[in-house]
Amino acid sequence: MPLRCAIVGSGNIGTDLMVKMMRSDTLQLAALVGIDPASDGLARAKALGLDAPHEGPDWVIEHGDDFDMVFDATSAYVHVRYHKKYADAGITAIDLTPAARGPKVIAAVNLTEHLDAPNINMVTCGGQATTPMAYAISRAVPSLPYCEMVSTVSSKSAGPGTRQNIDEFTKTTSTALREIGGAETSKAIIILNPADPPIIMRNTVFGALPEGTDHDAVIESIYAMEKDVAQYVPGYRLKNKPVIEEGPYNTPGGVVPHRVVVLLEVEGAGDYLPPYAGNLDIMTAAAMRVGEAIAEHRGVSA
Amino acid sequence: MTTTDYRLIDSTLRDGSHAISHQYYAEDVIKIVAGLDRAGVQVIEIAHGDGLGGSSFNYGFSAVPEKELIARACETAQQAQIACLMLPGIGLADDLREVRELGVSVARIAVHCTEADITEQHIKVAKELGMEAIGFLMMAHMNSPEGLVEQALLMQSYGADTIYIADSAGAMTVDDVRRRVSALVKALDIPLGVHAHNNLAMAVANSIAAYEEGAKNLDGTSAGLGAGAGNCPTEILAAVSTKYGIETGVDPLVLMDVAEEIVRPIMPRQQVIDRAGLLLGYAGVYGSFLLHAERAAERYNVPVSEILLELGRRQVVGGQEDMIIDVALELARTHAEAEVTA
Repeated sequence: MPLRCAIVGSGNIGTDLMVKMMRSDTLQLAALVGIDPASDGLARAKALGLDAPHEGPDWVIEHGDDFDMVFDATSAYVHVRYHKKYADAGITAIDLTPAARGPKVIAAVNLTEHLDAPNINMVTCGGQATTPMAYAISRAVPSLPYCEMVSTVSSKSAGPGTRQNIDEFTKTTSTALREIGGAETSKAIIILNPADPPIIMRNTVFGALPEGTDHDAVIESIYAMEKDVAQYVPGYRLKNKPVIEEGPYNTPGGVVPHRVVVLLEVEGAGDYLPPYAGNLDIMTAAAMRVGEAIAEHRGVSA
Repeated sequence: MTTTDYRLIDSTLRDGSHAISHQYYAEDVIKIVAGLDRAGVQVIEIAHGDGLGGSSFNYGFSAVPEKELIARACETAQQAQIACLMLPGIGLADDLREVRELGVSVARIAVHCTEADITEQHIKVAKELGMEAIGFLMMAHMNSPEGLVEQALLMQSYGADTIYIADSAGAMTVDDVRRRVSALVKALDIPLGVHAHNNLAMAVANSIAAYEEGAKNLDGTSAGLGAGAGNCPTEILAAVSTKYGIETGVDPLVLMDVAEEIVRPIMPRQQVIDRAGLLLGYAGVYGSFLLHAERAAERYNVPVSEILLELGRRQVVGGQEDMIIDVALELARTHAEAEVTA
């Protein structure tokens, strides 16, 4: 039997996730929960025949026996208030906010490490886009002394949550580059671009390559990772071939002779949000991937 | 202290950092701060060129950790206030807390001119720390006077003490400056400032025009050291202001000595408006892209002018230095394909 799921948060992310989940064989979406009865997301949920209450996360707790899994697409402070209640109700929570109450999961890297965790944190959009490449570099080198990511998203696709707490984005993403990506030191940068028509999400990963690195192995590993991520985010691609540039570079992890530059583009699937919002698409696609992996782990067959 | 007609903020040690690829050392900082301080400059800004936390692959690594340099600046200044610039998304609120401890009293929170709402957190932190908070709207040529007013009012509502508009691409004419400054001065309850660049040889004229329209703060750098073809040269601004009968509170002769004897000797090249510099202003491209674009042009064997024009077409904003590599690689590919076809 598929896992019975609810999505909390009827904004852009929650609604996009709903559209994706309707296609899943192992996750059965029963409700999209909001707080605004007039929201477009709830109207769409009703049209799809789903429950669409506007009583917020309390509704899920009250109907705790009906759900195996909840996807939280609200905001960090809401998740902080409810993560324990979900756990007490026996509902596994996939957290798309930066609340970071559970272990961080980057779908292409450590998908299977936390399949039994009651709460999983999806890091950030930039983290989902760039941590796989940090990992791809670090697995091909003796050590990755420093890794840096630069994420540029269109102004239109950066919601109020990101804007009011931009430090949270950079800190959480930077942590993921180290803890999951395997870098010894790291930095994350986010830029908002207001160009009209909106630009497609861009991410650049710079990796510090120490003496003795097999450059061909690094490039090969990057291409392999591109394929892995594209399996669940079809619009994820290298915009240009990865290049090795000669320094020296005085990084926080020490002086290195070379760096690798990985130029990525993430085009959204256009499920609910327009294709330029690859930053939101990669979050919903990764959350789905995690949900389906947990379903498989619990013996749900497609 | 005498009353002055405007306040001068010198950014040699911040914006100037771009032009020397962020390779300032402690002895440079001590000499420059001592000179500017002696000249009577009211505020001296220091940080990585891209603001606190800017040391990175994307923008270039600092030779010396910026907080060590900031500490030297704070120790050296007798009368001047020390300022830092930070861009949310690059630097952190924690950086503001650290530099406050070192003695920095002015925080300039900088964003692209349409994204003021990402400064709320940092303006509030600066105020909580007891600093003067300046909201700094970059690439101001990309927004209309009305649009800038809207953004500036947001920053004012977050508690900013002063608003700045920056002509980061050196793309504005005198008329562009007058229309923006007059609209902002009319709409705001707090003072306005203007940060000019010299890519179209307009920096001093634009600064004087801004003053005439009611700006109460002007930026300069010694010898014009800075991104692109350089900033408004502090010593020239002071000299021209004196000729206009504008009271600056700074001594142009001391500033000329600082520029000639301290800053010019450490400049890898003098600030001239060459083709690439002029193109920045002409195409409206962020000034600090210049040296990065020159390096990419050399590495991938494509003309720097083509890189700059393509960046202008893509409407990239400050901070997107990674796109320079992207553009250079694409141009190199296009050129290679053209050769095969030919």
